[in-house]
Amino acid sequence: MKFPKNYEVRLSGSGGQGLILAGIILARAAVIDGHNVTQTQSYGPESRGGYSRADVIISDRDIYFPEAINFNCLLALTQEACDKYLFDLRDTGVLIIDTTFVKNLALAAENTYELPFTEITVNELGNPITTNIVTLSFLAKVTGVVSDEALETSIRETVKPAFVEINMKAMKLGFKLAEENRI
Amino acid sequence: MSKTETQTKKSTKKTAAEKPAKAVSKKTQPESKIAELQHGRERKTVIMQGNEAVSYGALDAGVDFFAGYPITPSTEIAEILAEELPKRGGVFIQMEDEIASICAITGASLAGAKSLTATSGPGFSLMQEGIGYAKITETPCVVVNVQRLGPSTGMPTSPAQGDIMQSRWGSHGDSPAIVLYPDSVKECYELSIRAVNLSEKYRTCVVLLLDEVLGHMRESVTLPDMGNVRVIKRIKPTVPPHWYKHYDENQKYLSPLASFGEGYRFHVTGLTHDQHGFPTNKNSEAGDMMSRLRKKISYNIRDLVQIESYMMDDADIAIFAAGIVARSAKAAIAMARYEGIKVGLLRPLTIWPFPDVAVRKMLLNVSTVIVPELNQGQLVNEIRRLTKDKNESDIVRLQKVNGELISPAEILQKIKEVI
Repeated sequence: MKFPKNYEVRLSGSGGQGLILAGIILARAAVIDGHNVTQTQSYGPESRGGYSRADVIISDRDIYFPEAINFNCLLALTQEACDKYLFDLRDTGVLIIDTTFVKNLALAAENTYELPFTEITVNELGNPITTNIVTLSFLAKVTGVVSDEALETSIRETVKPAFVEINMKAMKLGFKLAEENRI
Repeated sequence: MSKTETQTKKSTKKTAAEKPAKAVSKKTQPESKIAELQHGRERKTVIMQGNEAVSYGALDAGVDFFAGYPITPSTEIAEILAEELPKRGGVFIQMEDEIASICAITGASLAGAKSLTATSGPGFSLMQEGIGYAKITETPCVVVNVQRLGPSTGMPTSPAQGDIMQSRWGSHGDSPAIVLYPDSVKECYELSIRAVNLSEKYRTCVVLLLDEVLGHMRESVTLPDMGNVRVIKRIKPTVPPHWYKHYDENQKYLSPLASFGEGYRFHVTGLTHDQHGFPTNKNSEAGDMMSRLRKKISYNIRDLVQIESYMMDDADIAIFAAGIVARSAKAAIAMARYEGIKVGLLRPLTIWPFPDVAVRKMLLNVSTVIVPELNQGQLVNEIRRLTKDKNESDIVRLQKVNGELISPAEILQKIKEVI
């Protein structure tokens, strides 16, 4: 994928959902694909709960302002995050929400993917802990923002060796969901 | 002919660069940070945090001693150095507080180590007395201050530029300061090396200021080969031990520095001292000491000052910004230029000593100066001091202290207000 201008992704939810890790993985994958990247985050002092967000900007030019302003893609894993950031999504942007937690959608975006990601992850993998990788892989597949190979390499390099296996499963689940639910 | 010549030159450089890498890879820790970094170097471009870049810059500059007390948002520096320094024969100590940290790095430096500590606002306040001690005893050391919103413990994960003046005037007494301020992850690496180099060359405590956002931000960077990294070693005395003066000086007011244990005897005190380091009450000697502290900075100002001039050639409006705010400014300039407004940016990489001459010259031809900063007015007063010919209304303030960055749109709005 070529990026003439900034491609801005915001991953939002609450602390403990692994969004910053997902941001790092996405950023590293984009570097592997050969793009310029910045990845910033904002989170409260708590390690679980509270708000949490990670921004990834991917571009083939120099990136000046490092935070996402108008997102090309927004991932919202909580109702609060969805309400807060929805209106900064571009008209043509992609919205991905986890219906396990997001019950009301204030605005119908053009490209909206609504799936109970946390629920699916618990059913398929027995544990909600890899929901971040499932949603990230889903995001990567439906937007095409990074290549599948780059994402896989990035996950392998970023997560601890003991958890590579489970995260690979999560990635494949994300890809599968994307194939099934492509708009 | 010329091609082959350059190739041979390159190959000789590489062998020199590979040596330290081999020494590390002997130890079998494939998942360690350094392995990750070297893996990245094969790929040339890596993704790295500002704090990581500072740490690796320090290591590449030869830092072999770290004493510190971890504090958000600078914790990663302590984490990485705790892992990396022992592998390279260096020392990492977690101290009981920041006062002890600055004292430990000063002591280690006197024993010949290149030393560094990292902290944030609350710790930086505690370190001020120790920084003054390092300055009066002319002991090289580096303090990294990743600024967060203050006063006091403030907001640990929010950016602010509240320590610009503290890094200059924080310690009591009239002392000079060298303070560097990067705006990208790559510059974090470069200025970290430069901070260590300058501290060794000028025998003083150098402060490296970072913004919280920059410390935590990850960015794609291409790091230079180790062979291209310029590392300055401290000037060693050439005289026999009984001739040695601890505070001797050459024409450029730079003094050689012996370490404890090398056979040179000297005395170290925070009291005003003579050239041997012994306390003195003589006014002439006190005056000499104070003027040496000042002159070693002021006589070498061209070596110290670095300033980036961005699209200033035809600019009617100048933005003066440092650190992360300069990136907002660059984005705003791109938007303004698109609309045909001629705006440029001046960004000091060295904020202290303040680049007086360069700034005054560059601001001669502009009508208005906008000074965005994440505090309630620190840099703007320096600009005001240098632009006496301009009206008060030509210096536009843009200040934000709510823990958010200044957005490009806010700067653009200010630009439109002044045209």
